[in-house]
Amino acid sequence: MIPAKFEYIKASSVSEALDLLAKHGDDAQLLAGGHSLVPAMKLRLNQPGAVIDIGKIEELKNISEDDNHLVIGAGCTHEQVATSSLVKENAKALAQAASSIGDLQVRNMGTIGGSLAHADPAADYPAVILATGAKIVVEGSSGKRAIDAADFFQGIFTTALEGNEMITEVHVPKAENGVYLKFSQPASRFAVVGCAAIKNANGVSVGLTGVTDTAYRASAVEEAYNGDSKAASEHAVDGVEVMGDHFASAEYRSHLAKVFTERALNALT
Amino acid sequence: MQIKVKVNGKEHISDVTPMQSLAAYLREELQLTGTHIGCDTSSCGSCTIIVNGKAVKSCTLLAAQVDGDEITTIEGLAQNGEMHPLQSAFKENHGLQCGFCTPGMIMTAVNLLEDNPKPSEEEIRHGLEGNFCRCTGYHNIVKSIQHAADSMK
Repeated sequence: MIPAKFEYIKASSVSEALDLLAKHGDDAQLLAGGHSLVPAMKLRLNQPGAVIDIGKIEELKNISEDDNHLVIGAGCTHEQVATSSLVKENAKALAQAASSIGDLQVRNMGTIGGSLAHADPAADYPAVILATGAKIVVEGSSGKRAIDAADFFQGIFTTALEGNEMITEVHVPKAENGVYLKFSQPASRFAVVGCAAIKNANGVSVGLTGVTDTAYRASAVEEAYNGDSKAASEHAVDGVEVMGDHFASAEYRSHLAKVFTERALNALT
Repeated sequence: MQIKVKVNGKEHISDVTPMQSLAAYLREELQLTGTHIGCDTSSCGSCTIIVNGKAVKSCTLLAAQVDGDEITTIEGLAQNGEMHPLQSAFKENHGLQCGFCTPGMIMTAVNLLEDNPKPSEEEIRHGLEGNFCRCTGYHNIVKSIQHAADSMK
């Protein structure tokens, strides 16, 4: 049972959801799978006046491709992303990240759009989204725009999304050679540290999650990498204020970030 | 608000409040108390049921979300008085101790075997990551699912 009262409204299309968002303003929350929102509402950490359920909008549930990208609907569940042959073939790191989220039941409900919008600092997708240079397509009352991954994640639970906008698609550049590895928190399986590494024409790109208040591109590692994974991984937390909490001290997290960066880089070759 | 759901093959039209969880609806409105509420925070998995063919944690769904959906709970597994192969396997292999987690374990295993009819021990353990047994009876739970998989071939 959710302790605080709210109005529940089901949207059957993106345009209906956008109209409802515009109408209810900041008092509304979108519910996709609900696996971050509902627990937060049970604890009164989030107390929306209106919940707009977008979980049954079919147009958000497709995975397709164009020449260079995968186009993943925001409403695709983690299980859909993890088991899609298109994703496994063209964005292996993303499939690996999706399959490592929570557990089977959570993956059956949680969605990629919901997870990105929630922007938990220990979420798995952001490392991959950053490393692949994906774009996050959002729609709002002022139209549609594509946000670069690098601009999307702004801080703890904070993104570039405006209050009247929702994520509709994620455009992930295809990459044959990519990997996502993480050190899981043993109960929640959130990433204490997660590292995505992608090989491309210019070298490697590396995204790290769980280390600080938001996921980041480890540019220092990318610049230092010349085939020596160990030497490059020493730069994993350069310029980053590393978090410490009851799961892992800042010192231990820094160590894990380097170890998992080295392992991810090694796994590429 | 009103929802229409098909639970274990039977259609129900019910009035629910937005605040009502699906687990609470099943237990309190439909008296299907085989679905257990353990942690109520989507950690323990004892409330696992099947919605539209997929195992989900019913404590973290709102009843309102499943309007129009098809649901199977532990009560819906036995057919014509015959236990489901997973239920028999849990019974034969001592797959339960106190029994609290068992409905959730079995419903998750239904989804697991649907996706992967011949899972390895490692795949079973990975599939059960969202279900806790506080009696720590995991060995026999895994064994039960292996036996059920064999008997369902």
